[in-house]
Amino acid sequence: MASTRPNQLFRNKSAKIAAIPMIVTALFVFVGGTAWTIVYSFTGSGLLPRLKWVGLDQYERLWDTRKWMISIENLAIYGFSMLILVFVIGFILAALLDQKIRFENTIRTVILYPYALSFVVTGLVWQWILNPEFGVQNIVRGWGWETFTFDPLYNAEIAIFGILIAGLWQGSGLVMVLMLAGLRGIDQDVWKAARVDGIPSWKTYLFIVIPMMRPVFITTLVLVVTGIVKIYDLIVAQTGGGPGIATEVPAKYVYDMMFQANNLGQAFAASTMMLVTVALVVIPWAFLEFGGSKNRG
Amino acid sequence: MTNSVEIKNLDLQFGAIKVLQDLNLEIGKGEFLVLLGSSGCGKSTLLNCIAGLLDVSGGQIHINGTNVTWAEPSERGIGMVFQSYALYPQMTVEGNLSFGLKNAKLPKSQIESRIKRAAEVLQIEPLLKRKPAALSGGQRQRVAIGRALVRDVDVFLFDEPLSNLDAKLRADLRVEIKRLHHSLQNTMIYVTHDQIEAMTLADRIAIMRGGQIMQLGSPDEIYGRPVNKYVADFIGSPSMNFLEGKINEGAFHVGDLVIPLERYAFAGGGPVNGDTTIGIRPEHVVTGELVGNAPFQVDVEISLIEPTGSDTLVDCKVAGKHFRVRMDGQSRVSVGEKLRIGINPAMASLFDLKSELRL
Repeated sequence: MASTRPNQLFRNKSAKIAAIPMIVTALFVFVGGTAWTIVYSFTGSGLLPRLKWVGLDQYERLWDTRKWMISIENLAIYGFSMLILVFVIGFILAALLDQKIRFENTIRTVILYPYALSFVVTGLVWQWILNPEFGVQNIVRGWGWETFTFDPLYNAEIAIFGILIAGLWQGSGLVMVLMLAGLRGIDQDVWKAARVDGIPSWKTYLFIVIPMMRPVFITTLVLVVTGIVKIYDLIVAQTGGGPGIATEVPAKYVYDMMFQANNLGQAFAASTMMLVTVALVVIPWAFLEFGGSKNRG
Repeated sequence: MTNSVEIKNLDLQFGAIKVLQDLNLEIGKGEFLVLLGSSGCGKSTLLNCIAGLLDVSGGQIHINGTNVTWAEPSERGIGMVFQSYALYPQMTVEGNLSFGLKNAKLPKSQIESRIKRAAEVLQIEPLLKRKPAALSGGQRQRVAIGRALVRDVDVFLFDEPLSNLDAKLRADLRVEIKRLHHSLQNTMIYVTHDQIEAMTLADRIAIMRGGQIMQLGSPDEIYGRPVNKYVADFIGSPSMNFLEGKINEGAFHVGDLVIPLERYAFAGGGPVNGDTTIGIRPEHVVTGELVGNAPFQVDVEISLIEPTGSDTLVDCKVAGKHFRVRMDGQSRVSVGEKLRIGINPAMASLFDLKSELRL
């Protein structure tokens, strides 16, 4: 036996060697790519990246652009509504499904099914459903309600809610399944104890079960929020950003600037702004979540 | 003595499976009743029915003279303690104790006094501001008992409360539950699969099997006069030795051994002839100087020794069958040695070979 403590660097050697390619890729692609994007957002790059410094010009232009402002506003509306509604719907569905009902597997599959579709399919399907000529409006008028109007995708004021409906349809299933797994993880004795204590079901959910499901909620939150921030394909398939620019979103703005307007600098500035937004949310949360871990043991 | 809990013709079935069948049970005020049985015997199910956590298929449950068969658990005047503690993890101990009371809109002063009293009785005052995660298993179970205590009810239900604890803590908390029962004088119904818990705690034990009560009686009765072979085998550790043979002319014949039965108290009054199983507890077999007084004596060869400290268990063969003898922990014996053992038939149990019922 060796008399000295072996060098910690060489412990679990094979595992460390195996992890090297991924570490390199992650550093190079994510960190390197992010840094590169930020650096070039301060240049006047057009079709090709050029290191011609223009300072904060790209950012000033960005915040003067109406399309960007609408994109941000849309993301805010879509994001908040989606976040709240997808949690409420997903949790209620999960709670209903948790009542030891029959055909649970079938119902769960049906509700989760939309999640298996790509956003492009979802977008197209809901484009048709919300089309006044042959969608919901037409059907209800066919029943005899001649003045019924439901054409969110053709009304710039509410077009983003048309997108929201499609997003909810696709996203609720996943939230439901995660919540259901969380509910199943709750000790049945806790329910029994609450019943003996005479706590009504809604109170048990609200004050006992949901706080116990905190880890599931955090996982779900991360999945839902990333889904919201990167929303792009659903918009392209369902409205193409229209009518006009009523349903533009930041990710689409970046794409349009990069590949259609040949304005790399502007695209980089927009993506840097998206990064800043996400960081503003994630960093304080990470501090709250992990910062106190030393005290909690 | 008035009855605190009465169960009348209780039936419970899940689909085609009958879990409880025509079950009748009367539990007196202040009685400590233990439901004992192996897993799947319906003991926890019965407790859940009493608590109202399971809907019964037939029959009635009365608590303190009121028919509560269809009442909500919270309206039955019961408190319940669970195996997994079932504390509300994000609330402090105080929060756990007060949550139900606050929900029932009890005045604040009353909630405080009840929590204070429960905390004193269970010695958890220093823990009131802590969360369950910061407590040990024993402390958690104490809090869980406290949650039942603050409800100020007459009937306590325990669902294997000590099964999640390690052996030493289990023994400590067992004593504490017994002390609690002495000081509170509440009716307690306690489910367990641990016979030591049952024997030490119970006023009466109900041995359950297949959704029915096999025997209901004091620990002494259950131990000394088991009604059938199942109960005899289930109670006692190490378990009873069984020998199959015949009763003929007032004596039990097995192989070429004859065990006289003059001192055995037959249930029917006199001896019965026929195929019989005799059950002899390892601790009722005598060795050494005491053998001389025993009505039946036999020489055996020791095949295995299990020392446990306080006792030494000796394996041997009687009439070709495995037979265990419990000896004093101080006895010095070795494998292969000859040993003379004595049996007092008055301490034995006889069961009909076919029906397995006590003779």
